[in-house]
Amino acid sequence: MATEYNAYVTTERIEGDDDGPLAGTTVAVKDNISTEGVQTTAGSAMLDGYVPPYDATVVQRLKSAGATIPGKTNMDEFGMGTTTETSAYGPTENPAAPGHVPGGSSGGSAAVVAAGDADMALGTDTGGSIRCPAAFCGVVGIKPTYGLVSRYGLIAYANSLEQIGPIAPSVEEAAELLEVIAGPDDHDATTRDNDGATEGLADAADGDVDGLSIGVPTELVEGADDAVVETFWDAIDELEAQGASYHEVDLPSVEHAVEAYYVIAMSEASSNLARFDGVRYGQSGGYDGNWNESFANAREEGFGEEVKRRVLLGTYALSAGYHDKYYKKAQDARAWVKQDFDSALDEADVLASPTMPVPPMEMGESLDDPLQMYLADANTTPVNLANLPAISVPAGETDDGLPVGLQLVGPAFGEKTIIRAGSALA
Amino acid sequence: MSESVVDPDEVRHVADLARVDLDDDEVERFTEQFGEIIAAFETLDEVPEVERESELANVMRPDEAHDCLSQDEALQNAPESEDGHFKGPKVS
Repeated sequence: MATEYNAYVTTERIEGDDDGPLAGTTVAVKDNISTEGVQTTAGSAMLDGYVPPYDATVVQRLKSAGATIPGKTNMDEFGMGTTTETSAYGPTENPAAPGHVPGGSSGGSAAVVAAGDADMALGTDTGGSIRCPAAFCGVVGIKPTYGLVSRYGLIAYANSLEQIGPIAPSVEEAAELLEVIAGPDDHDATTRDNDGATEGLADAADGDVDGLSIGVPTELVEGADDAVVETFWDAIDELEAQGASYHEVDLPSVEHAVEAYYVIAMSEASSNLARFDGVRYGQSGGYDGNWNESFANAREEGFGEEVKRRVLLGTYALSAGYHDKYYKKAQDARAWVKQDFDSALDEADVLASPTMPVPPMEMGESLDDPLQMYLADANTTPVNLANLPAISVPAGETDDGLPVGLQLVGPAFGEKTIIRAGSALA
Repeated sequence: MSESVVDPDEVRHVADLARVDLDDDEVERFTEQFGEIIAAFETLDEVPEVERESELANVMRPDEAHDCLSQDEALQNAPESEDGHFKGPKVS
């Protein structure tokens, strides 16, 4: 069923098996995840009418677990955005904060969960695209450790950074959904079987934070909006009251994380999106002129402005003479961020920060200034660079009633630790 | 931070490399925005050279034939096909 807040691109239902752990549960699926026989657009006009001939691994697992998929959710085009306003199918509105964006790029998924139109949803997170909308819509979202969940059938944006993950009203439900989709897959060689990392996830949501050690990276709190910081510390107080303790930690590398993230993500995007030439699928560029003209025409028509911006910037960063200056430096920054997080997690069980440094923006506010929009990803992108798991749980609301999320980051394949910690709040 | 690093010709050149046609308005907007964004990327100069620990391992599988899409399935989303093939534009 369509929603008033434009959260679905397609509302064709997909019925799962009769029984299984998710029988009787609806799980909406982000529209960049392939569903056999049901249109999958990734929010792009390029793929309008594209019908995948196969299911993504996570969709197969949902169906086997008995879930019903009520539709494919709206998203920033190819996952490129922080507000779900770059979709070719129009922006999604935040049902938890009308007039505001739901966050992105998995904005439709978070919105249907927040509004209660789906029990749970799948999103994808390349630089915060699950955690940001979860925070903005007042629900729970988990970005799994790189390699925990198969990306087979996901329309790629930046392969080395992205993971599919759950969005749900509570940590326990998000963990249940993660348990269904996680685990090795022969179709994705980057998945890993990591000693029980995929079992007992839902059971870990027991809310026991007695003795939990929380590190708070000062760099991720200082730059945030006052109302967000206040709500963040209230949530830390709440965890302290339940037996956790916190200390401040220093992560100097994160000052460069957003820039490094965008260089790497755009570079990978420029390569990934080269496949859209209008021949095998997608909008045709016609048959006049030579193939370069035809491809350039298809891509002018099929791609929206943010996608063109990222493909061009990625092409620039990888082009002769600039590769060492940008891409190689970004890889150095990535390695540095990893080391910083690993050391901080030697001294703490989890690292906590506001998920987003700002409350949900008003619709239409941030589209004219791309750099400003990129900088809003300051707290989420370092986690993707470090390949680590993170959860966003509702921390409360600002005085204006806008949702604020708390992000908890754990060690690689330490999903149970962040699920346990997060479940003390939601 | 740095002199404007991008001019309109450079935007057109990169768009050409990326096979994306742009209209004049897009070229103008991108020229301005890219200057600002690339200036931000240049702050990566401050990043020290970092020794990268490699935990990477190759993942291998036997090279065996297995079930895959049928020809019809593979062609079903193509804008045009002919005699079981994708139909592409002229090479030159």
